[in-house]
Amino acid sequence: MSNAPLLEVENLSKSYGGVQAVSGVTFSLMPGEMLALIGPNGAGKSTCFNMVGGQIPSNEGRVRIFGRDVAGLSPRQIWRLGVGRTFQVAQVFKSMTVRENVEAVFASHQAGWGLLARAGKAHRAEAEAVLDLIGMADFADRPCADMAYGDVKRLELAMALANDPKLLLMDEPAAGMAPMERIELMALTARIAKERQIGVLFTEHDMDVVFAHADRIMVLNRGQLIAEGEPEAVRNDPQVRAVYLGEGLVYDQAAAAGKASVR
Amino acid sequence: MTKTLFRTVCFAALLGAGLMASASAGRAADIKVGEINSYSALPAFTEPYRKGWQLAVEEVNANGGINGDKLVVISKDDGGKPGAAITAANELVSRDGVALITGGFLSNVGLAIADFAKQKRVVFVAGEPLTDAMIWSKGNDYTFRLRPSNYMQAAMLAEEAAKLPAKRWATVAPNYEYGQSAVAVFKELLKKARPDVEFVAEQWPPLGKIDGGAVAQALAAANPEAILNVEFGADLVQFVREGTTRGLFKDRSVVSFLTGEPEYLEPLKGEAPEGWIVTGYPWYSIDTPEHNAFKKAYEDKYGEHPYLGSVAGYIELKTVAEILRKAKSTEAEDLIAAAKGLKVDTPFGEITIRAIDHQSTFGSFVGKTAVKDGKGVMVDFTYKDGADYLPSDEEVKKLRPQG
Amino acid sequence: MSLYVVQFLTGLANAASLFLAACGLSVIFGVTRIVNFAHGAFYMLGAYVAFSLTLRLEGVVGFWAGIFLAAIIVAAIGALLEMLLLRRIYQAPELFQLLATFGVTLMVQDIVHMIWGAQDLVGPRAPGLQGAVQVMGLPVPTYDILLIILGPLVLGALWLLMHRTRWGVLVRAATEDRDMVAALGVNQKWLFTGVFTLGIFLAAFGGALQIPRTAVNHLMDLSIIAEVFVVVVIGGLGSITGAFLAAVLIAELNAFGILVLPGISLVLMFLVMAVVLVLRPWGFLGKPVSTDAKTIGETTRPWHPWSPTMAVLVAASVLLAAALPAVLGPYGLSIGAQILIAVIFAMSLQFQMSTGGLDSFGHAAYFGLGAYGAAFAIQWFQLPMELALIVGPLAGLVGALVFGWFCVRLSGVYFAMLTLAFAQITWSIAFQWVEVTGGDNGILGVWPSEWASSPAAFYWLTLAAAVLTVLILRHLVFSPFGYRLRGVRDSSVRAESIGISRQRTQYVAFAISGTAAGLAGALFAFLKGSIFPDALAIPTSIDALVMVLLGGVATVSGSVVGAIVYTMATIWLMSETDLSRLVLGGFIVFLVVAFPQGIVGSLSSFTSGSLERWRGRREASRPVALSAEASR
Repeated sequence: MSNAPLLEVENLSKSYGGVQAVSGVTFSLMPGEMLALIGPNGAGKSTCFNMVGGQIPSNEGRVRIFGRDVAGLSPRQIWRLGVGRTFQVAQVFKSMTVRENVEAVFASHQAGWGLLARAGKAHRAEAEAVLDLIGMADFADRPCADMAYGDVKRLELAMALANDPKLLLMDEPAAGMAPMERIELMALTARIAKERQIGVLFTEHDMDVVFAHADRIMVLNRGQLIAEGEPEAVRNDPQVRAVYLGEGLVYDQAAAAGKASVR
Repeated sequence: MTKTLFRTVCFAALLGAGLMASASAGRAADIKVGEINSYSALPAFTEPYRKGWQLAVEEVNANGGINGDKLVVISKDDGGKPGAAITAANELVSRDGVALITGGFLSNVGLAIADFAKQKRVVFVAGEPLTDAMIWSKGNDYTFRLRPSNYMQAAMLAEEAAKLPAKRWATVAPNYEYGQSAVAVFKELLKKARPDVEFVAEQWPPLGKIDGGAVAQALAAANPEAILNVEFGADLVQFVREGTTRGLFKDRSVVSFLTGEPEYLEPLKGEAPEGWIVTGYPWYSIDTPEHNAFKKAYEDKYGEHPYLGSVAGYIELKTVAEILRKAKSTEAEDLIAAAKGLKVDTPFGEITIRAIDHQSTFGSFVGKTAVKDGKGVMVDFTYKDGADYLPSDEEVKKLRPQG
Repeated sequence: MSLYVVQFLTGLANAASLFLAACGLSVIFGVTRIVNFAHGAFYMLGAYVAFSLTLRLEGVVGFWAGIFLAAIIVAAIGALLEMLLLRRIYQAPELFQLLATFGVTLMVQDIVHMIWGAQDLVGPRAPGLQGAVQVMGLPVPTYDILLIILGPLVLGALWLLMHRTRWGVLVRAATEDRDMVAALGVNQKWLFTGVFTLGIFLAAFGGALQIPRTAVNHLMDLSIIAEVFVVVVIGGLGSITGAFLAAVLIAELNAFGILVLPGISLVLMFLVMAVVLVLRPWGFLGKPVSTDAKTIGETTRPWHPWSPTMAVLVAASVLLAAALPAVLGPYGLSIGAQILIAVIFAMSLQFQMSTGGLDSFGHAAYFGLGAYGAAFAIQWFQLPMELALIVGPLAGLVGALVFGWFCVRLSGVYFAMLTLAFAQITWSIAFQWVEVTGGDNGILGVWPSEWASSPAAFYWLTLAAAVLTVLILRHLVFSPFGYRLRGVRDSSVRAESIGISRQRTQYVAFAISGTAAGLAGALFAFLKGSIFPDALAIPTSIDALVMVLLGGVATVSGSVVGAIVYTMATIWLMSETDLSRLVLGGFIVFLVVAFPQGIVGSLSSFTSGSLERWRGRREASRPVALSAEASR
């Protein structure tokens, strides 16, 4: 396990027409670490995320991935560095089967034009290995359009992992899933992250999920980091409590149940 | 899997069934002539034309047909598309076994069929396409053309234009081959007759999309003494209305292609321009025995007056019948031999199909427009025999590929 | 100086006409997402009905009553059309409504002919407004002045309607976000009907107002439709103010453009559109639209290569097709060749549309470039047919590379419109640059080499080309490139985040498609022996769209069937009936309603699809499927 951080974010800022969506956010992420970015709606989580992923350019500040400044890089260039990504609303290829979705990931970085080969044959084994990893091997031939949303989310994770990334960016990975599925999906993610020493940055509304799996938590409010640290410390942070009580979210229940166990 | 099965079945069934249906050959009785025109695309011109040739066929068959055989015309629509005209020509020649093809209104359709005729060695008697390429630069042994060409119309108008005092000319023509060549020939012939003439402005509005006001204003700005107009149809209406309202035609001479044809003049009603020098067809005041007979027969049959298209269609099928009668055969070579130098009696008098370039001497009326009883008419007109408005034989030989 | 002022006023008057014709289309698209091809037909109907009414109603009051009444009557017809036809197909893939309205346009053409006859009709001029007023010493028609005032008046009225009434607010909300309005519990059905009726009213009103200016004629529909598309796209789809600005821009550029370059009109409009779209991909005031082709993903089951049985069946049908010269005469074979060329052309578009999600309204450009490329090779360089058949596709490729470079920067309807602009520019050049292209008189003498000149030989040649094209394009669908392309179509966000460049992938697809279309065009030139600008014109692009949509846009190669059915229907109808457009239009409307996923798409849904879907649903409903494995 190396000591160099996978991701370093320095003083990241973004404003939309005078409204400061994110200002001066600084943090870093180590290999194998699960880092949660939480905050109320409109706190700037997604903006922050999209700046790291290359979907939105930042106004100020620096993002370094594996030590490299990624300013100006497109999402696909960032992906090539070894960064996997999932979206708040799952983005998969709906006209394909589950296996084809994963094969498409391999087809994407194959050298050359890719006009001559048969995609279905060329990457079958690799695709199945990934599906095995994520526990979806039995679904390989299912049309994506027919699947339950939870499975689609899982498939998206499989696609993000297919590139063997060192850094995983997950924007609300559990949104829209049933409670049981959420826990399972995050447990799976955490397991893979630990095994492969993948750093995971994720946002999440479900505090059960966050406190169950995050190694470290950052709290964003109105574009600014107001707290950062171990789950226990964050939970007791008065500023955080104020923000969340204002929203009426009772994450204390999670604490009361003492469920911070799986990690 | 099943999707592809269906596709395959459909492919085989449709292709097979459809083509076999279309392959069933026609009968080999009567003398069959194929006719193609842009009926659906240009009904305003082709409907009178169809009535004209139908009248001719009726008369031919009433007078003993083609040496005793019945003349049958199989008519096809080309939708205004050269490609569709070729499909129709193919059907007529390969499936229906016609002796020759006739018809055509648009120049490009005419040229496409002419080239097809050359390739398949079938005679094509073109009725109305005006382009000079038809008989000259793209001329071929198998193609004949009846109506006075672009060149002939230009020559007739240039002759009149040369008599005008005007020296400063402006032109307006639709921006495509017909308009461009009409202006080019007119300019050349007028310059030859009147070296002192200069052309001070040109307007080239797109066909069917004239911006009448802007064009009229732009022409007026050049302050010409006379204007050559090649616009027709709805473009003409808009140009006339805008030009009149904006005083463009006040104290200016206008020379105009085809405007005297009832197809173009009639829709303008009381708004028809006055005093324009035009080519056309004043069916209401031609008083010759040939024309009176034609007009009466036409009006009796259809209850409406003839248009220029009617005359063209009538002459077209009369000519075709004469060719077949004289050739006593349906072989292309015999038909060509019969057609060369053939003389045909028409409502406009006798015409000759020139052996040198396969152009007929069908002429046109040239006169001035006027408004009478709220209608546009042609007055002070004379009939110009086409023979007098064609270049010399030496020039024709240079224009037409020989051999 | 006075000339410029007057020319400016003339431009404004024309802008008003353009705006009236166009803004209805924009409103309709904004809310219903229908690209209403029949807009021109309703514009024309408005003019015809107004012609009949204004002849009967006299005086100032009568004239204006006639104009308004005409617009109301036509709007009522539009409302009926929406309720009876369009309502049935809102769920179909997006362009299906375009296909339906295209069918309606064809029908209207023949109906107008039946009711009003063949000749151009010149209606009365507006009473009291026949004359001109002097502006700086030059006459300006009074009616132009009226139009100049009317344009902004209509704009203002629409603004009030959209901002000051509840209905208008709903319309605007629906333009922003359709789902949201549905969620608000608004009756979407009647909102759509209302919007469609308003749009048609405006179109008919615009048409009726043309009576005092020009002749009412059969070509009004097609001559206006391209222009209103351009205006709407430059202004930004769904934006009324944008349409107004665009109309002013185009009309003024035209009014002054012809002073400098008298032949510029036709090209100018499309050049302006191309420039605007390159600089502002969503027009002046348009909003970005989602780049993902949602409809395809949701209606498509995953595509698979042919199974061995199927491959055998396909091979058998190809052999059957190859044996046709034994039974068919020369005419049948020439039709066969034409159908096969249509198959290549349709497949080239299907590859781009179905696999790539790139709806092109200007596919004729590459077909025409292929045809002209081959014809030039023959005419200028005296190349043999074999080489010309290579030059043709190369010409299509070059055209696609040049135009595609701009087009793939856009997406959705804007992409489609930019392809249309380039196709129209290409057509204008072929049509107007007589010295080089022969203009309307085309290029003659493009006949096949000796060995391929018999109908059977040429048929086999086209069959070989068609089979090869279908196989190659099918192969590409299942190649790594094809996966990338489908990925980009399904979700460009996901594609970018797994390293696929949307633009590059689509650019390559566009080029491949253009090359195949070029092959079709080159073969077409040799089939017909000549080539004319109409091969590049809008109807050719429409033909391609119709073939793909009829076959089924959500299939890999359904357009093969679409091409066969459509080509045979047009040829047969042209040959057998004078009302070919009425029948063909009715046939298309029937197919649209009966087969909302295209012929092949619907047939396969009825059979295998229903089984697969049923099976799929059963599996999806098994609750234990995920949790068991996930908790390992």
